Amino acid sequence: MKYLYLGMTGVTGLLLIFGSLDMPAIGDPNSPASRHVSSRYIERGFAETDVPNMVTAILADYRSFDTLGETTVIFTAAVAVLLILRTGRKRG
Amino acid sequence: MIVEQESILVKTLCRLLVPFIQLFGLYVIMHGHSSPGGGFQGGVILGSSFILLTIASGIDEVKRRFSLVALTNLTSAGVILYAGIGVVCLLLGANYLDYGILPVVTPRSVGMLGIEVAVGITVMAAIVSIFHDLITFE
Repeated sequence: MKYLYLGMTGVTGLLLIFGSLDMPAIGDPNSPASRHVSSRYIERGFAETDVPNMVTAILADYRSFDTLGETTVIFTAAVAVLLILRTGRKRG
Repeated sequence: MIVEQESILVKTLCRLLVPFIQLFGLYVIMHGHSSPGGGFQGGVILGSSFILLTIASGIDEVKRRFSLVALTNLTSAGVILYAGIGVVCLLLGANYLDYGILPVVTPRSVGMLGIEVAVGITVMAAIVSIFHDLITFE
């Protein structure tokens, strides 16, 4: 059974490595990810948002609904820990 | 469990450090839209100052200044403030979280600052709340 798991892990790893061979080079300006909306963020981000920090302009303006979700995830984590651990018993 | 620290050096140094850490955390939040930083990073720095105070002075000292109920309320208040800014944009006639309609100078910048502050409040309160729950659990 141990060798079956080892074989499955190895095959999955090889498949992942095989899949990564087709990825565009890092920083390639013609890769699909760089041709869609990135150029608009870089060229017109400051004019549209008055914010010099491009990362914040994307995170808090163009993608602010996504950031609302991230904040809710943090809130949910705190509430989950609270529900599991805050049992009302006094320590000591 | 974290008990009160005996060493006067540790206690005094942490008390001296905490205001500067909090000031730096506020700086990171407020300058999130013009320099590296933002609500998540600044919130973590603010939260770490309360954790340092807990380690140095013991949990009871910190609880006297900042109750667990207030922390839980702040965690929700940040999310509500964030969603509220979106609703304000809706009421003024724009899309949800479309800050361009806010009646201030450079509205998009101000809207981003508002949500950075909201994110900072949530992250700070969540981290301190999780830390307190973990160290008081028996």
